[in-house]
Amino acid sequence: MASNIWVLAETWRGQITETTLELLTLGRELAGQTGGPLEAVLLGDKSLAAPLGAADNVLCAANVAPTPEAVAAALAQLVRERQPQAVLVPWTNLSMDAGALAAAQLNAPFVNGCKDLKSDGGMIVAQCVVYGGKLEAAVAATTAPALFGVLPGSRPAAAAGNAPTVTEVAVSVPEARVKFNRYLEPETGDVDITQKEVLVAVGRGIQQQDNLELAESLAAALGGAVCGSRPVIDQGWLPLSRQVGKSGMSVKPKLYLMLGISGAPEHVEGMKNAQLIVAINTDANAPIFNVAHLGINADLFDVVPALTEKIRAVKGGA
Amino acid sequence: MNTLVLLKMVPDVVEELEVAADGKSLDTSFLRTIINERDDHALEQALLLKERHGGKVTVVALDAPDIDDTLFAAMAKGADRAVKITDVPEGLTTQTAAKLCAQALAGLLPADLILTGVQALDDLDGLSAAIVAHQLGLPYIGVVTGVTADGPTATVIKEFAGGVRGEFAVTLPAVLGVQAAEKPPRYVPVAKVRAMMKTQKIETVPVAGDVGAATIEVRQLAKPVVSSHAEMLEGSPEEAAAKLVERLAQRGLI
Amino acid sequence: MAVIAEEANEITLENLWKTAEGQRVLSCMQCGMCVGTCPYGDVMDYPPRRIIGMLKEGELDTVLRSNSLLTCVTCYACMTKCPRGIKLTEVLLPLVKELTFVQLSDVPSELQRALENTLRYGNPMGESPRKRADWVKTSKVPIRILHQDRRPTDVLWFVECYTSYHPRGQDNCRATARLFHALGIDFAILGNEEKCAGEAARMVGESGLFDTLMDYNIKVLEKYEYNRIVTSGAHAYDTFKYQYPPRGFHRPVEHTTPFFARHLDQLKPKLTKKLNYTVTYHDACVLGRHNGFYDEPRRLLAAIPGVRLVEMEHNRANSICCGGGGGGMWLDTYYKMKGYERLSERRIKEALNTGADVLAVSCPYEVSRFEDALKTVGGDKKMIVRDVTELLAEALEE
Repeated sequence: MASNIWVLAETWRGQITETTLELLTLGRELAGQTGGPLEAVLLGDKSLAAPLGAADNVLCAANVAPTPEAVAAALAQLVRERQPQAVLVPWTNLSMDAGALAAAQLNAPFVNGCKDLKSDGGMIVAQCVVYGGKLEAAVAATTAPALFGVLPGSRPAAAAGNAPTVTEVAVSVPEARVKFNRYLEPETGDVDITQKEVLVAVGRGIQQQDNLELAESLAAALGGAVCGSRPVIDQGWLPLSRQVGKSGMSVKPKLYLMLGISGAPEHVEGMKNAQLIVAINTDANAPIFNVAHLGINADLFDVVPALTEKIRAVKGGA
Repeated sequence: MNTLVLLKMVPDVVEELEVAADGKSLDTSFLRTIINERDDHALEQALLLKERHGGKVTVVALDAPDIDDTLFAAMAKGADRAVKITDVPEGLTTQTAAKLCAQALAGLLPADLILTGVQALDDLDGLSAAIVAHQLGLPYIGVVTGVTADGPTATVIKEFAGGVRGEFAVTLPAVLGVQAAEKPPRYVPVAKVRAMMKTQKIETVPVAGDVGAATIEVRQLAKPVVSSHAEMLEGSPEEAAAKLVERLAQRGLI
Repeated sequence: MAVIAEEANEITLENLWKTAEGQRVLSCMQCGMCVGTCPYGDVMDYPPRRIIGMLKEGELDTVLRSNSLLTCVTCYACMTKCPRGIKLTEVLLPLVKELTFVQLSDVPSELQRALENTLRYGNPMGESPRKRADWVKTSKVPIRILHQDRRPTDVLWFVECYTSYHPRGQDNCRATARLFHALGIDFAILGNEEKCAGEAARMVGESGLFDTLMDYNIKVLEKYEYNRIVTSGAHAYDTFKYQYPPRGFHRPVEHTTPFFARHLDQLKPKLTKKLNYTVTYHDACVLGRHNGFYDEPRRLLAAIPGVRLVEMEHNRANSICCGGGGGGMWLDTYYKMKGYERLSERRIKEALNTGADVLAVSCPYEVSRFEDALKTVGGDKKMIVRDVTELLAEALEE
């Protein structure tokens, strides 16, 4: 029991999430180091288990309400009964509550923001992102079981593989003090750019309102939204809700693709924590190239149409 | 509607963070601390609830450098009472600190709601809100961006991803882990804070008892490896575009 | 322009009518010169004339609740034109702005951040105070930092926030350092001990923040021995000159532009590079209208070989504010939401009309405001913005 590695499978709108599959890849590595099996914990209907084939076993408990309380109680109960060494929990809005509550109930650590895990001298050691990404900490759990909140993107998603072995388990969940009512969809009005994972940002280099179309097509191909630096908003080409920077919003998307933005500090302030920053600018000395991760020193009017076409080609085939 | 708001100070990341000689902790020589941003939102949400429903807001915090300024600022914004937990031992982690706070909060009950930030950038081994909830035997939900209190239950909005939110009914009293208040934290004029310092007192309560050892060990603290100039993708616009597409695909973005 | 700093600092709304300034306010004849000359006179709900009218009727609350005074960019235009000599921008407007600010239920977010940053980090950008002197590493001439080398100095150069942290401001301070060096001036800076002089905080109505900054700055400035303060910040200059003395701080202070003009005889022979620019000079409100430095920047520019000066339609005392004062620097989005034209855009169109290659300025707010405005109106290929010190340094022999 002391070497089992568990992954809390999270389901969103009736589907196992991508992050769960990434955790299975990491879990498999870890299980290889600890010598124990890799098990997924699915607190939902067993019909959802199909993508979890990378696990040796899926512990499935149905009728667990989608509230952090219910999930935590169920998870804690299973952990107490079966004593795995580690439980990998997706570090997402969806699952971090449940992970934190379960850990509190178990008097176990819930290690935050892990980008990597390994077994070392019998202990699980996590590489954690701390202080907003300014530093990283190597944190060892000194007790077992221990829970680990793992960041999305730590590993590629595990393939579904063969149909998983499902073990149905029973959990008793205390009377609910937190009840789920309903989902609230985002307003169909304008977009909340702070929630977007992909943003295409336009600056003065876009030159005219008509050219925004280029950015819109690129954003659509990437599944993102268009935002802008202040001059663009001030021209009235984009609404205030799309403004990024000192006078606008701070965004931290997975991808921030910048077209014709020089990188003035006032704009950078609002986007410098984006995970992947790509800048396209005709000025090789534009300050943005000291902020961006990837750069293309070319005319956006030449690059963007080609980029959009190629992205569509890749996605079309997927 | 009486609320307790738990605040803490965290390292201010505007300053360069240096690692101490031991390689495991922060160098405190130039370290400045600031209120945990999520706790600032929790305070704002509590003040909004007070404006809507009346009642009292009590802010609570473990003693730490610069905490007094934060507590006086909270009172200047509208909090009615500030309680500082003193005799704080060294070497606390999120888990052990949260347990100490829970003891102090227990002494301040009854209250309708306990609000605190859902997370902090120096959290290592837990989320305070969840730990406090468990210690006090209260219901908990986090990543909260909206609260309406109608009697014995509160309607709480929790954020998921992609702009989707969930509406939950929570029986009170409860602990909420706040992600964002319904409005950004209000400004408080410096003159008002100074006035509070002259006219108000921060109450103190000593730590109640031992909460045991932490269940983690920090083995190393270090800067991540980062480059300072963009990697330029060369070639004709077509070629550069193709290279970019490859990179995006590698990162799972397309 | 009589200065009544001592008196001004003791005036409150309660005791206003008992003071000499209060009597001047009462003598207002409602002529409307102030409204007519105010750059935002057409959009301000309660311009100075109406404020005085309302004040006399005991209706100030209405004025405060309208938040009208957030639109006042403290450009001194009304004060300059008032036939009664009412010191509007020195006394009445800051009082009303302070009262407006304190009752604001929602401080516009950009302004809120600037004020919180200034309190916490000593600069509105929110940069670490420990990076304030980082630009020194990029200076071509040596710069002495007082807390590292405490020997007395002739000039304590108060660099200010935008000049220290903003990339375009750093162009200015590197130029200034070269000029000091070329003139053989013995100078030193406070380095990371320096914090915002606080004029913007005061002029937007955050008097508590201003007092905090002033107390801090006076303590630091008293630690060292120097003959005079020379500052690159026009607003810093103004506040050192008028607000700090009533607090007990009495040291000579100059702004870099008049300082260099004073040394023109010595500087001119060193300006050997021919620039071939047609230059139009924008009179900064604080340096011009409030302190009368109209000739000094023009003499400096005329001394640069190959520079031809042309004037904008509104110049000297009639200059149109760039919109950065009184908190305006951080209220652009707020003004935009209200549908006001940005003053820097209004002004830049005048500048472009002169056909000049270069817009010369001498206040650090102006560089980024006018460069932004050039991009917005599509004039950035036709004109560049340079501080007077940048132009002087460009013409300076190596």
